[in-house]
Amino acid sequence: MKSFKNHFSLVIALLGILFSLQVFFIVDRAVLAYKENLAKHYSLVLVSQKTLVSEEILKLDKNFSELLELSPDSVIKELNSGFSQKNIELLKLTLPKFYKLKLRIYPSPKELADISQKLLKNSSIGKVETFSKTHDTTYKLLLLFKTVITVFAATLLIVTILLIFKELRIWQFKHSERMSIMGLFGAPVWLRSAVLFRLAIVDALIATLLSFLLFSYISTNDLVLAQFESIGIEVTLFNTIEDSLIMLGVSMVVSILLATFIVLGHKEEV
Amino acid sequence: MDKVIIADNLSLAYSNDETIINKVKFSIDSGSFVFITGASGSGKSTLLKSLYGALKPKEGSLIVGGVELKGVSSSKLNFLRKHVGIVFQDYKLVKEWTIEKNIMLPLIINGYEKSVTQNQVDSLLKHVRLKHQAGKYPLELSGGEQQRVAMARALAHNPILILADEPTGNLDDYSSQLIWNLLEGANSQLKTTVIVVTHHIPESMNIDYKHFHIEYGSIHEVI
Repeated sequence: MKSFKNHFSLVIALLGILFSLQVFFIVDRAVLAYKENLAKHYSLVLVSQKTLVSEEILKLDKNFSELLELSPDSVIKELNSGFSQKNIELLKLTLPKFYKLKLRIYPSPKELADISQKLLKNSSIGKVETFSKTHDTTYKLLLLFKTVITVFAATLLIVTILLIFKELRIWQFKHSERMSIMGLFGAPVWLRSAVLFRLAIVDALIATLLSFLLFSYISTNDLVLAQFESIGIEVTLFNTIEDSLIMLGVSMVVSILLATFIVLGHKEEV
Repeated sequence: MDKVIIADNLSLAYSNDETIINKVKFSIDSGSFVFITGASGSGKSTLLKSLYGALKPKEGSLIVGGVELKGVSSSKLNFLRKHVGIVFQDYKLVKEWTIEKNIMLPLIINGYEKSVTQNQVDSLLKHVRLKHQAGKYPLELSGGEQQRVAMARALAHNPILILADEPTGNLDDYSSQLIWNLLEGANSQLKTTVIVVTHHIPESMNIDYKHFHIEYGSIHEVI
């Protein structure tokens, strides 16, 4: 029980940090996946009086991925009430050309305005339809979602850092007596602080292990996966090796820093 | 006879406060038993602190066990402390460690092997009559028992010098007598130099001792 109490508070604080960090990673990945998904389904429509050469248009911006000519058939079909085939062919010749321009990324409103301007500099292009109203709303929603989650994660991070500082004071109080006594019998600094560093390393390992178990469970939980599936994205919630190593690194650094602060802040009693 | 402590023109003070010990000169022979007395606030505990390097000399020279403590480096200080046993009025035991581990502390610091450490601790626990309490924690013991643990710890590594700051100040007669017997034993049998800061010298002392008295920042031998 005593040993459990020794570890509990720092493990909880470290868990808070690891949890907020991993949530931030998940949201970042989700937003990225969602943006890729949006980019897949998003395209601009270009209206031109002349036939556009795909290579020339694609050269204008590295984010242009594909230029497809839209068939005017669907437009003519709407008007096809009593036109002869000959008239239809004539109409096809007089109608401007419609193109669908696909992008590699889902652009921000500013990027979209820049793209639009670049395209309009080409004299053949008469109009660029960006569907900016729909686009802006979706983009802003995406940003809002990311901001809300980032603020949440940051708040959690701040609270846990405050908790760590509180823990630092408790540890300072708890360990300084033992360190002073050991010092009175000639223990070198490394030996005086060995218990502290051992405790810090063990707590970092426990916190990493608990986070690993928690996120391994979350990443295979059907309910969570269904939520992401419902918005049409596939996200790696927990990258077993990479994320575990990051977690281990962060918890080790935080707890070892905490122990170092205590050792550096320790003053021998006089 | 070898001198274990040589103080020359020694002045002591806490940070920028007024001088507590003022330009004193004394020496202590190796293997002697010394009492330092004085009124409360006279500076006897301050002097004792300076002997294990917790308070550095403000002026003058203080050599303990061959180590000059003025401007001493931490490694040299650690070296000295490895050969000194200290007993405090408030015991200064590590509360989260068992009695056994507390006694082991100087042996661990001095790098003794585990088997030697265990044998030494077992023998000391018998010596201070606490063998049955080995697995207990300090706060589970009475004051007298805690001080006996502190004494066992101070003796564990066969130090050249034992410094005791009012070791019986908080104890009943029975426990006090046990502590005096242990200190006398260390001095007479192991030839360890013992320096005790106290208000009263016990009447029951069975060995020769020296007596220094501190007054108004000066120290003089009482003959």
